[in-house]
Amino acid sequence: MITRFQRFLFGAMLLAAVVMAVVLIRMRERAHDRLIMAADSQPMNTLSTALSTAQVETITLLVANDMDGSLISVERKFPMPKDPNARARVLMQKLLEEYAAPKSTHPIANASGVDEVFLMPVPQQKGGQGEMAVVNLNAVFVQAQPSGIEPETLTLLSMIATLHANLPQITEVRFLVDGQQKDTLAGHADLTRVYLASDTQTAVRQ
Amino acid sequence: MLLSLCALLAVGAAAAQEAPPQSTLPDMGKLPAVPPATRAQVQPQYVVVLDAAHGGGDVGARFTDKLLEKDLTLGFSVRLRQALASHGIQVITTRDTDTAVSMVARGEAANHAMAAACITLHATATGSGVHLFTSSLAPTPYTKFLPWQTGQSAYATQSLRLSSEISTALGHTAVPVTLGRTSLQPMDSFACPAVAVEIAPLAGGNTTSATPLTDVGYQNRILDALTAALTQWKNDWRQQP
Ligand SMILES: [Zn+2]
Repeated sequence: MITRFQRFLFGAMLLAAVVMAVVLIRMRERAHDRLIMAADSQPMNTLSTALSTAQVETITLLVANDMDGSLISVERKFPMPKDPNARARVLMQKLLEEYAAPKSTHPIANASGVDEVFLMPVPQQKGGQGEMAVVNLNAVFVQAQPSGIEPETLTLLSMIATLHANLPQITEVRFLVDGQQKDTLAGHADLTRVYLASDTQTAVRQ
Repeated sequence: MLLSLCALLAVGAAAAQEAPPQSTLPDMGKLPAVPPATRAQVQPQYVVVLDAAHGGGDVGARFTDKLLEKDLTLGFSVRLRQALASHGIQVITTRDTDTAVSMVARGEAANHAMAAACITLHATATGSGVHLFTSSLAPTPYTKFLPWQTGQSAYATQSLRLSSEISTALGHTAVPVTLGRTSLQPMDSFACPAVAVEIAPLAGGNTTSATPLTDVGYQNRILDALTAALTQWKNDWRQQP
């Protein structure tokens, strides 16, 4: 014998299940929309349009010098986009152009080695506003990177230091190659770890 | 419930203890713990570990079609071993032939030796002179068991002192030195004072051309300096905390 109370309870639970299903489906749709919007605003797609409206700014590049293992601060003027992801990518682009130029102090014969830079909040950081930059290098650049502890370390440190100098909120940097984690850059410098902006301090020439 | 949790933990601990040493790529979960440096109880032996980087399929840097980094580091390791042995220094090498040795196997060789110095040998076509790298891991105090992949962090201060002694010795032979910090395997897992020695060509002045890596005279200057530094380190390392 089913009591009236049991029937009411069943009805209430059924209603709750339906409402929860509807809410979940809506949330999933919204998350999907947000993901699409985020992908659309990535620097790859908006770099050209962002640059056309960008203002010329002074940027600081920390350029590696193979002869003494140091990073030297140089200033360049360039139209910079407003979006931090796009700014980070332009910074990397400008740094690699220095390395691809003749008589470079740290020659790497590939100026378009950074496909994307993603900025995201540093996970589990206590009270901090720090961001992690994920730098996605491409395999062609990695091929052009000279092999050795010094040349590889300097490439990474100069990228980290340049990002931090212009976007101080970047406190951590990770490197991927074609979107995948790789053990080393070209046989030496560890790419499995998260680098800290403070790692670059010993190399920067005062 | 609590009982089953305890049982699970016990099984987990037993499994962790029985995990065999890995000879493949590092796996954080299964790696053996680094034994602590208990030098106080045993009569300390002065052992130097030479780690000729690369080998086998890992050729390292390609200088020319025939000149590969893996061969250069091996040749250098063999000669340095002979030089140190002639000074009565006990040497353990991570490889003596052109074979691929995993990072974990190199780490095990170094850490079982309880060495006073671990030297990782590399060569590059970039820069000039000798690049001395120590680990960029943040220094940590000694603990009974050091995590495998970051065992070097407990030796940060000693590694810097060893690097400084090598730098001084190279300075005496007029070889330019570049000091740096890096994140490098297997060096980061070495539980010993460790320095990566990377040999670069010797850049010439405006009128002279660069001295190549293969120049015997140049190599001998570096060998002599390393031998002198590691002989000196024998007197200094015991005073370390
Ligand atoms: Zn190497």
